[in-house]
Amino acid sequence: MSGVIDIVYAEYNYWIYVTLMMIGFYAMIAKKNLIKKVIGANIFQTAIFLFYISLSDVKGGTAPILVGGHGAEHAADVIYTNPVPHCLILTAIVVAVSTTAVALALIIRIYNEYGSIEEDVILAARRKLQPEFSEHARQKGVAEVSRQ
Amino acid sequence: MKTLALFVVVITGAMLIYAGQDLPAFGDINSPSYQAPMTQYFIENSLEESGVTNIVTALLANYRGYDTLGETAVIFTAGMAVILLLRRRET
Amino acid sequence: MSRIQESVIIRTVVRITVPFIQLFALYVIMHGASGPGGGFQGGVIFGAAIILYAMIFGIAEGKKKMSDALDKILASTGLVIYAATGLACIIFGGMFLQYSAVPLLPDPAEVSKYLIDLVEIGIGITVLAVMISLFFDISPPESEPEGAEE
Repeated sequence: MSGVIDIVYAEYNYWIYVTLMMIGFYAMIAKKNLIKKVIGANIFQTAIFLFYISLSDVKGGTAPILVGGHGAEHAADVIYTNPVPHCLILTAIVVAVSTTAVALALIIRIYNEYGSIEEDVILAARRKLQPEFSEHARQKGVAEVSRQ
Repeated sequence: MKTLALFVVVITGAMLIYAGQDLPAFGDINSPSYQAPMTQYFIENSLEESGVTNIVTALLANYRGYDTLGETAVIFTAGMAVILLLRRRET
Repeated sequence: MSRIQESVIIRTVVRITVPFIQLFALYVIMHGASGPGGGFQGGVIFGAAIILYAMIFGIAEGKKKMSDALDKILASTGLVIYAATGLACIIFGGMFLQYSAVPLLPDPAEVSKYLIDLVEIGIGITVLAVMISLFFDISPPESEPEGAEE
C-alpha cells in the first residue's frame, strides 16, 4: 500500500495534468454549446502547458536566469531548471491565444447567422436551409451535391 | 451520449496515467530531458553566444529565432483573420 | 452604461493606474534580456492597460486612444521590425537572424544582446496591437441595448 502511495506522490503532477486534461476533453466532446467547447479546448491546452512546465522542474533549482548577471563568475553549483520546455510553452501559449481568438470570432459569426450557439439548433437550422445537407449528402457526398 | 463521453474520457485518462508511470518523477534531476546534452549546452553557453542572462530569452530569440518569427506571424495572422471575420459592419 | 462603468471610484482608479500599467509593460519588454519578461508578456500587459481603459470608459473612448488604422499599422510594424532585423544580419554577411554578424560593437555577444532587445520590442508592438484589435472586434457594438442577447 505504501508503495502505491509513494508512486502517486512522486508523480502527482501527472495525475493533476491528466485530471485537468480529461476535464477539458469531456467538455470538448460532450457539451453542445460552442463556447463551452472552446473553454474545454483551453483547459486541455492548459493541462499540456502544466505537464511541460512540471517536466522542466528540478528540485532545488532556480529559474533559468543566470545568477549574478553580466561579467560575474558563474557559480557551477547553482542548479537551474530546464529552460527548453519553458521556451516551447511560450510558443504554445501564443498559438493557443490565436486559435481561441479565431474560434470566438467564428462563433460570433455563427451566432449572427443562426441566432444560436447550440450545436443541435445550428444543425437543425442548417438542414432546414439545405435539405440536401443531411440525408442526400451523406449518400452522395457533399461536394457532388453542392455542384448541382 | 453523456455516458459514452464519460466512458471515453475515463478510458483515455486511465491510459495516460498508465503511460505516465515510466516518466521521471517530479523534480528529478536525473530525468533524461534535464541530462540531455542540448539542455546542458544551453545552460552553459547561452551567455557567451547571445549575451543575455535570461536563458529562456536566449533560446526564444536567438536559437529559436526563426520559430519566434513564425510565431509573431501567427498572432498577426490571427488578428487579421478576426478583422476579416467581424469587421464587416462598417462597409 | 452599466453601473460599474458609472462608478466614480472605478473610473478614478483606472485613470490613475493605466499609466503605471503601461510603464510596467515597457519595463517587462525591456527587461526581457536579463530577467523574467519578454516581448509577448509585455505586449499583453500593455494591451491589457488599453483594454481596461476601453472597458471602463467605453469602446468609442478607447478607439480614440487606439484607432483601428493605428492598430493595423502597429501590428505590421512589429513584424517588419523583426524580419528587418533578420534581413540586416544577411546584409552584413551572416545567416538569417545571426545577430553576431552585425558589426555594430566590437563584442559580438553585446551586439546580439541589443538586437535581441530590438526583436523583443518588435514582438511587443505586434502583440499589443493584435490584442487591442481582438478586444475591439469581439466586443459587441455600443449602439445595441444591453441584455439584447437574452
